This record gives sequence, structure tokens and C-alpha cells, in this order.
Amino acid sequence: MTDSRPPLWLLAELTYRCPLQCPYCSNPLDMAGIDAELDTESWCRVMAEARRLGAAQLGFSGGEPLLRPDLETLVAEGRRLGYYTNLITSAVGMNSARVAALREAGLDHIQISFQASSAELNNALAGSDKAFAQKCAMAAEVKRQGYPMVLNFVIHRHNIDQLAQMLELATALQADYVELANAQFYGWALHNREQLLPSRAQLQRAEATARAYREKLGKKMQIIFVVPDYYEKRPKACMNGWGSIFLTIAPDGTALPCHSAAVLPIDFPNVKQHSIEYIWQHSPGFNHFRGNQWMREPCRSCPEQAQDFGGCRCQAYLLTGEAANADPVCDKSPHHRQIVDIIAASQSGQSCRHDLLLRNMRNSRALLRGRPGS
Amino acid sequence: MPAIRRQFRLQWEDAQNCFVLLYPEGMVKLNDSAGEILSRCDGHSNVGAIVEELARRFPEAENIEADIHEFLADAYDRGWFEEKGWCEEKGRCEHD
Repeated sequence: MTDSRPPLWLLAELTYRCPLQCPYCSNPLDMAGIDAELDTESWCRVMAEARRLGAAQLGFSGGEPLLRPDLETLVAEGRRLGYYTNLITSAVGMNSARVAALREAGLDHIQISFQASSAELNNALAGSDKAFAQKCAMAAEVKRQGYPMVLNFVIHRHNIDQLAQMLELATALQADYVELANAQFYGWALHNREQLLPSRAQLQRAEATARAYREKLGKKMQIIFVVPDYYEKRPKACMNGWGSIFLTIAPDGTALPCHSAAVLPIDFPNVKQHSIEYIWQHSPGFNHFRGNQWMREPCRSCPEQAQDFGGCRCQAYLLTGEAANADPVCDKSPHHRQIVDIIAASQSGQSCRHDLLLRNMRNSRALLRGRPGS
Repeated sequence: MPAIRRQFRLQWEDAQNCFVLLYPEGMVKLNDSAGEILSRCDGHSNVGAIVEELARRFPEAENIEADIHEFLADAYDRGWFEEKGWCEEKGRCEHD
């Protein structure tokens, strides 16, 4: 099966290197074993080929994309090709000259991540003493230079009770959008899941807070609240369907239908060997879960299959061992009990922030050797 | 004089065969009439001039003035326009 619909989103993960160590990072745990990053010329070819197919949104992320000295060059090329260019950054490594240079290159929007609304918690989660002050200063600078700005908070047990303070911070920094994204459990977040899952009571309070601020702020600041899917009865429509709109290119050139798909036992194509057109339309990897022929029960006969596509293939694989199973978040899944048990287990033990395994190359190397540190 | 908000970009997309409105991490595909109206919301033309031009261009369209007003109000509610230009035009602004 081939697909003539265009990819709308190209996510360029420029590097896995990052000055921060957030324990919920979605990058792969084995990132230390992947070192060869695509060069400038290869990224330019990827952008041009995806744009020819119809991609209109271009995200530069990582790791920390500011670590690439050719970022301005890539932004300029992306903008020239007609993309709406998004920079997804921690703001660590940013300064006013670079904000201006990116503006000059044609960057359309900057998203800055925050770990919490207070310096103490933010810096503990990021594993960096200076991160919070830097983020606040750069958020102000981004607005001063006229960009639309999104602030992104990844939400979990240790910061979810500060939601109101996060929204106050975002208001003070004049964010246009604020994303309150509950951690989704892939990569480092999956490893740290027991310490990250909020309780149902925490979640309900947080949703009420987000609702109240949404009413209060109206159009001034748009609030996007991403629920933790473990507390849902139906799975998320992951990536709007496999190979439907989303194309991620990992730092080494591996093309993926989502940024977590590298965990799947599927041979994904690499842009070093193939064109984007071949990858999107013809590669076995991108056609693997298109359509509904791959579905098993309960998805195969489910009237909701066109709404949620059976949920997330990565989550099905990570939790049930078989990627074609229904996402076990769905309460029709015979494996749903696992989710219930994971929530119960995470709420029973005494969990401590200091048990979180920080995302860094040292811990990644230890995991590769089979000996995770702390 | 309605002007598309700074964080949005209106652009013709060959692959979609339509105008799209791009914004941080998102895109709205516009139907033909929405594309015709929005591509004239440049901050230099008032609503009257936009209606006049489109009525001249599409003489067969009925109720074009009412349709344009309805679309513009809806687009404003979606946050697609700068507050300032819109409010001056409407002679009111809830945020002032």
C-alpha cells in the first residue's frame, strides 16, 4: 500500500546532545550509542524533498538544537522553502544575538521548555543550577524581539500541583500559547514511570485549574492541556494515524513515523540511503501500520477504529510485546489490567524525586552496558 | 482593517491545492471563499473595501456581504486577527 497524502509535519531532531537532563525525555535510552549526526547538506536535502511532497510545518528539536552551529543556516533554508519554522528549545545556549540571528534567518516561532514554575524544582529536574534564570531571561527576549512564543511544561507527579503558578509564570512572560503536557511514557519517561505518574486526584485538580485559567484568559493565552493517557479509557489517536501526517528524522538520519518508533522491531529507512519520497510512500517501515489490515481484535471489529487507529503502536509493543495489539490504554484491550496495575503500583510506594534517573550520556552508556546508575 | 495575527502565516499550498493558515505547530486548511477573504485581510483594506472587491470579482455570489461579515466574526473568535485593527473597525474592543 502506498499513500499519496503528503506528510504535513517534518520534525528534524538535529542532535541528541543536550545540556539538560530531564528524566522524562522522549529520546531513546540508548542515545549514547548513536553518534553520527547528519551534516548541513543532508538536512537541506531532507527539507527540500519533504517540502516537495507537501510538508508545511518544520520543527527543529533534539536534544538541544541550539548546539548545532548550522541552526541558522538550516532555519534560513527551511524558511526559503516555504515552511513554517518552529524551534523547540530549552533556551540553554541562547542569547539575544542568537535570537536576532534566527529572526533574521526567518524563524517563525520559538517554543521554550520549562521544567517547573520555581527555580528550585525547575533546576533539580533539569539537572542544571542556572537553567531557570536563563529560561526566564530568554523567554522575555524572545517576546521582545517579536516572536510568537509557546511555553511547554511537561507535567508529572512532582510539578503537577504547581499548575496555577506555571500559568501565572506563562502569563507574566506573555506566552501566546502554553502547553501543559503530561508526560507520555516512552524513552526516559518510561524508565522513570513509577516516579512520574501523577495520582488521579492530582490530575483532576490540575484539569480544574487549567479550565479556570482558560476561562479567565480567553484569547490572550491559549492553554493546551495534554492528558496522561494512562488515565483514559480510550487510547490517543497517536500521530493522527501511522504515516499519516508526521515524519521524524532522527539525528543519524533514520526516518520514523513518530519520535519513539525506533523502539519497534521494524527496519526503518535512513535518509542517507533513500529519498523522502521513497521513505514516505513506498518504504515497508512507513507502510507497516497504515490502513486497518494489520489490526487484531478488539480493534479489527471496533467501531471506533477510524477515530483512534487502535492507539499507539509503540505503547502496544512496550507494554504487551506485540506492536499490532490494541494500545492497552483501551479498556477493551485484554492487556488493560496492566495499566491499572501500573497506576496502583506507582501510587502505593514512597516515591522520591531523587530516585529519578537523569537523562544524560553517562546514564545512557551505563544502560547500554546493562548497569543503570542514578 | 482586519489583519492576520502576527503568529499566523497565510500561504498557498500546491500540495493541498488551497490556502492554509500556518501557526505554531499547526495548520488550518481553508476553503476557497475563506482563502479569498483572508488573503485580503492585510491590515490595509477595511471590511467595506474587501466586500466591494469580492462582490465585483464574484458577481454571481448571493448574500456575499453577510457571508463575509459572518466569516470575519468567526475568524476573529478563533483568534486569527490582530485585536487592534479589528477593534478599530468594529468601534469596540473588549480588551481595551
